[in-house]
Amino acid sequence: MSDQILFAMEVTLNGLMAGVMYSLVALGFVLIFKASGIFNYAQGVLALFAALTLVGFQNGQVPFAHLINAIFGTNLHHFGWHLPAVVAIILTAAVMVLLAMIVEKFVLQHLVNQAPIILFMATIGLAYFLEGLGDIMWGADIKKLDVGLPQGANEAFEAVTDSVFGFGLYIDNLDIVATVVAALLVLSLTLFSQYTKYGRALRAVADDHQAALSVGISLRFIWVLVWSIAGIVALVAGIMWGSKSGVQFSLSLIALKALPVLMLGGFTSIPGAIVGGLIIGMGEKLFEFFAGPLIGGATENWFAYVLALLFLVFRPQGLFGEKIIERV
Amino acid sequence: MRKTMTALALAMATATPAMAELVVPNLSYRTGPFAAGGIPYADGFNDYFTLLNERDGGIGGEKVATPECETAYNTEKGVECYEATKGSGALVYNPLSTGITYQLIPKVTADNIPLYTPGYGRTSAANGKVFSNVFNYPANYWDAASVAIKYLLDENGGDLEGKKIALVYHNSAYGKEPIPTLSALAAKHGFELVEIPVDSPGQEQKSQWLQIRRDKPDYVLMWGWGVMNAVAIQEAANIRFPMENFIGVWWSGSENDVLPAGDGANGYKSLAMHGTGMDYPVYADLKQYVYDAGKSSGAGDQVGSVLYSRGMYAALVISEAIRKAQELSGHAAINAAELRDGFEALEITEARMAELGLPNFGQPFASSCEDHGGPGAAMIQQWDASAKTWSLITGFIAPDDEVLTPLVMGDSAAFAAENNIAERCN
Repeated sequence: MSDQILFAMEVTLNGLMAGVMYSLVALGFVLIFKASGIFNYAQGVLALFAALTLVGFQNGQVPFAHLINAIFGTNLHHFGWHLPAVVAIILTAAVMVLLAMIVEKFVLQHLVNQAPIILFMATIGLAYFLEGLGDIMWGADIKKLDVGLPQGANEAFEAVTDSVFGFGLYIDNLDIVATVVAALLVLSLTLFSQYTKYGRALRAVADDHQAALSVGISLRFIWVLVWSIAGIVALVAGIMWGSKSGVQFSLSLIALKALPVLMLGGFTSIPGAIVGGLIIGMGEKLFEFFAGPLIGGATENWFAYVLALLFLVFRPQGLFGEKIIERV
Repeated sequence: MRKTMTALALAMATATPAMAELVVPNLSYRTGPFAAGGIPYADGFNDYFTLLNERDGGIGGEKVATPECETAYNTEKGVECYEATKGSGALVYNPLSTGITYQLIPKVTADNIPLYTPGYGRTSAANGKVFSNVFNYPANYWDAASVAIKYLLDENGGDLEGKKIALVYHNSAYGKEPIPTLSALAAKHGFELVEIPVDSPGQEQKSQWLQIRRDKPDYVLMWGWGVMNAVAIQEAANIRFPMENFIGVWWSGSENDVLPAGDGANGYKSLAMHGTGMDYPVYADLKQYVYDAGKSSGAGDQVGSVLYSRGMYAALVISEAIRKAQELSGHAAINAAELRDGFEALEITEARMAELGLPNFGQPFASSCEDHGGPGAAMIQQWDASAKTWSLITGFIAPDDEVLTPLVMGDSAAFAAENNIAERCN
């Protein structure tokens, strides 16, 4: 097999894996949009906030330490403990649920029946508020996130492909973990929405708010539920991306990687978020591999959007989105 | 109504800094994707001036004010900060951003305010004949590129013929700066240069590092900033690229860049245009007059880090230029034009650095009408992941002026022609 084909295979594999990482972020958008019709601009910041909180808990960092020290003249920084990763993850998930309740109570509740653009604007405000809150709570310095996930080349895969093709293909262990986690996440969400009472209520609200209200489903509860789930999905995305780059404020920009995935996969489909992620990841990496050297490289950021745009032209609702038919 | 107006006027009077102060605006970034780099730099910058105010009563008896303006490393906001602060009697700007620097060059020239860009900004501004108000000593990007290649020449017995060197760079004006120099050096020394751009912010670099894995360059140089650095070092560790063959510019050589990769970053190298750490006498004074007095900038947790040291170094050079300007003008309350003259006549010797409590911290330099760029030497530092410290592994290495001087002259001449600037210093 020629080197070019082997390299293309490696790029394809890694593109698919990168796509899974994009899908993890896109899932949070889909969940909220599906249940409430809100395009949650704050989803990337939720991932950042969750990762900051996780590292803060793990390292025993005192939240708002700088503020407390400035007001009271104290010198607090750390509680002196180091929590196991599992405990820190559970505590962070609890914080994300609490945050969902606060968002519902102080933002969404006041905007019921408002136009989607107003709700979108509210999430922009929320994004900047959360970014500032995260800064004041945990500081803007870069933090190492270590929850014990493996990183680096998968040597077994490299050895097997080397013996078969004479060239060891590279796959990152973290990407393999992300793929397994994404599969489990989708499976859990599917089981939850198909086989639990609350899952069915969530689907009912997604189908028709008014009808769901008329049969006694609490819209407020559903919003808290869906923002909580989106918060926990953001935590998962934050862990995966934060393990790669450390936890710092550009983590919120991973949302930009999710947008073409949503355009392609549709805003209302969980499988769409996964398949969209895979297509975008693979497409952008292959384009960079073949066309990058000819046009100066760094094509991925814009090519993902071109790819999504192409799909949009032929299928505006996205690959798996629901077709909107309005009868006059 | 009158009472309200009087109270408002009183409140404004007490809130405004005393007009006699020397105003050195600190165009910082404590928010946004690049905050992790902006915070320690701003803290080091502020703390040094606080030390001068608290210990010496300012410079020449004049206190120094460093009002901060948040740029978020955004060029438009940086220009807004300039416009908002220049009327306050601003003496000099140091925006810590190449993008902002490019926008400010014509403005500071028109307003006759000095722009100090140590180790960043427009490289050819080193030519004082064209860039009257810009100073970028002690070293610039092209010096950095040349020093990196000189170091690699030393490592390879003076011969890089047939070697492959990849440049992983931030796809921006900043990241592209070293390309002309490296291309010229590639032609001179016979190595192959492979350019690998990374789009900002650089959170995802899988394609770039797969390319490096395929191409197997002998060395990788990096011109990164912010998260791009940490991700690149992690990806290099993932593909098992030998860290001792991976060298970053000084903006890719802080603790922020290596700590997230943990042990994987061990052995990574970067350029250094100054020393780092707290083993300098100045820290005793900083402790007494600033840290223990509760006057630290920010959270006070960045002391001694690479970028804190760089912010402090920038403040030191500016304070020395102010002293020089006071000496030249004969009065303490100087203006921006007088400070520009101070920058142009500035000389900092090793004896003076020792006197200031920073012996062997930075290279000695002397500015002149023609030379705003300084000697351009830099050292190489290497990261020890277990000790979590940088160690200097070389002394100052001088750049290859035979290659750099024509490049600086060519680029500055093009700028002069484009902007109808007549050469000075004749």
